[in-house]
Amino acid sequence: MTMREKIEEAAARYPDRRSAIMPALLIAQEEHGHLPGPVLEEVAEILGVERIWVFELATFYTLFHTEPVGRFHLQLCDNVSCMLCGSEDLLKHLETTLGIGKGETTADGLFTLSTVECLGACEMAPVMQVGDDYHGNLDVARLDALLQGLR
Amino acid sequence: MSEPVLLRNVDAADGHLLSTYEADGGYQALRKALGEHTPDEVIDLVKQSNLRGRGGAGFPTGMKWSFVPKGTDRPKYLCCNADEGEPGTFKDRIIMERDPHQLIEGLAVSAYAIGAETAYVYVRGEYVTAIRRLQQAIAEAHAKGYLGRGVLGSDFNFSVHIHCGAGAYICGEETAMLESLEGKRAQPRLKPPFPAVAGLYASPTVINNVETLACVPHIVTRGPAWFRGIGPDKSPGPKLYCVSGQVRKPGLYELPMGILLRELIEDHAGGPLPGRRIKAVIPGGVSAPVIPESGLDVGMDFDSLAAAGSMLGSAGVIVIDDTACMVKVATRIIEFFHHESCGKCTPCREGLNWAVKVLRRIEAGEGAPGDLEQLDRLCKGIFGNTFCALGDGAAMGLRAALKHFRDEFVAHIEARRCPYH
Ligand SMILES: NC(=O)C1=CN([C@@H]2O[C@H](COP(=O)(O)OP(=O)(O)OC[C@H]3O[C@@H](n4cnc5c(N)ncnc54)[C@H](O)[C@@H]3O)[C@@H](O)[C@H]2O)C=CC1
Ligand SMILES: Cc1cc2nc3c(=O)[nH]c(=O)nc-3n(C[C@H](O)[C@H](O)[C@H](O)COP(=O)(O)O)c2cc1C
Ligand code: SF4
Ligand code: FES
Repeated sequence: MTMREKIEEAAARYPDRRSAIMPALLIAQEEHGHLPGPVLEEVAEILGVERIWVFELATFYTLFHTEPVGRFHLQLCDNVSCMLCGSEDLLKHLETTLGIGKGETTADGLFTLSTVECLGACEMAPVMQVGDDYHGNLDVARLDALLQGLR
Repeated sequence: MSEPVLLRNVDAADGHLLSTYEADGGYQALRKALGEHTPDEVIDLVKQSNLRGRGGAGFPTGMKWSFVPKGTDRPKYLCCNADEGEPGTFKDRIIMERDPHQLIEGLAVSAYAIGAETAYVYVRGEYVTAIRRLQQAIAEAHAKGYLGRGVLGSDFNFSVHIHCGAGAYICGEETAMLESLEGKRAQPRLKPPFPAVAGLYASPTVINNVETLACVPHIVTRGPAWFRGIGPDKSPGPKLYCVSGQVRKPGLYELPMGILLRELIEDHAGGPLPGRRIKAVIPGGVSAPVIPESGLDVGMDFDSLAAAGSMLGSAGVIVIDDTACMVKVATRIIEFFHHESCGKCTPCREGLNWAVKVLRRIEAGEGAPGDLEQLDRLCKGIFGNTFCALGDGAAMGLRAALKHFRDEFVAHIEARRCPYH
């Protein structure tokens, strides 16, 4: 299916096409990796909605990226349960191993590092999301093995 | 209650498949509701059960449903709140990943009761596995006639759609969720009107949490008396408790409402880590005020926790031991609320910003005399003065930390450093 067809399919689920902006942005982001201006304009055009409505949502919600991110987006949870189970040490370890800070991408474009709010998987704290997958019960050794596997 | 009800399928390898769900009576509640009960009778069963909302506020579910106006021409909607953003909470994710049909049957029975033909399940976008499993389950249920036109040969038409969130905690607040579903920025609406009267696209809309909806089929098959027989009469039922933090066996536990917090932690979750002592517990996600160790003999139900100055909330139980710094925990919680504030009202947006600055300074050993009084004033200025409950939750939590652990805050200021580092 083309992006346009996928977006049309999503729009059919709602009585109002404006409701389909979020699903359309997710579809577009999957297609393009991130959401630069021209893609946002295309989404607005496909749905036939005001451009400002699309731009507004793309910037309000944290899962939408208007800037490119690395091939692997490392999203380490540092909320309370993960913090109590050692997420701070993991962050330091990631920063030294990758040579980047929070919000940065490695020069080879492989890894982007972020800290995120609770991932809703505190039973396996500390947790990190990479792409679609959750990795729980992390310690430094497991983290190294995980990075090794990704490289 | 020895046998789990809500979690009965979660450990099965194929718990997410229709065949597993059907094998021990799945979709019998839907069959029974459609075949033996009018919609009003289903609402009555839920009213008699005293089921209260598992999303955190504990509002009586049957009563909420009965506020949906009858005889209107407008379509009615059912929305499932699966945004689960409250730190410390993971129960809805586990239901959706491991037993999605339980939720779908709950949606179908509930929609029949309120007269809705469409449901939207608002799932947080990070829950990729849950979303896939739900999609698969919806397709399976459709193929078997549990969803679609003329459900099980009746004249009830019903379809379920998934709407993925995109990383904003405020979308869990029900009116912000409606804005988000309408394709707008998620900022809360003024209540009243309550969504039951004017919600999605200004139509009557019932919003319920995943766990609330998952209880409904069991009430239909086993009866309201069974449900009320579990736990306190005014706050009954089987309950999911999410235990995390500094504890031996973190995990999801299904136990009766009203179980003692101490029993949950000591007997079920294995107690503190070796060589540690429990210092405090947050019983209901970070919106719930912290309870010091001396207060753990409290029943885990809406009324007992409210009487003890805290709240059941989402039943996200976070265990904090004697190695943890309470100033740091409080700072992290207020940073969270500040980050997630939607910015619509000043006390929350500005008050939390200010509180974060003061807390960070205290934790860094740069606190000044008067900082604690400043924080007290900020809590007072926020609580009761915000547009939605996000601000209230933040203020209540901070107030409790300042009350029960004031000595730790004072120690930071006097020693000009964090005693834990
Ligand atoms: N599960 C989670 O991840 C989170 C849960 N929470 C919980 O959310 C709670 C606050 O939620 P709110 O929705 O602001 O509480 P609320 O008390 O305003 O509403 C609770 C429910 O009852 C309904 N309701 C209340 N009065 C009504 C009336 N007169 N007519 C019709 N319907 C009525 C509301 O529409 C809503 O569905 C907190 O107690 C907190 O525990 C907060 C953050 C996250
Ligand atoms: C800031 C905020 C966030 C919330 N997040 C959630 C949530 O993630 N899941 C949820 O079920 N309820 C959440 N709620 C409560 C909902 O507004 C609402 O009360 C609930 O979904 C109603 O369902 P119930 O009656 O079945 O509990 C939140 C409330 C507030 C104020
Ligand atoms: S209390 Fe906070 S989150 Fe709620 S409406 Fe006001 S600014 Fe937004
Ligand atoms: S606090 Fe990290 S997953 Fe919940």
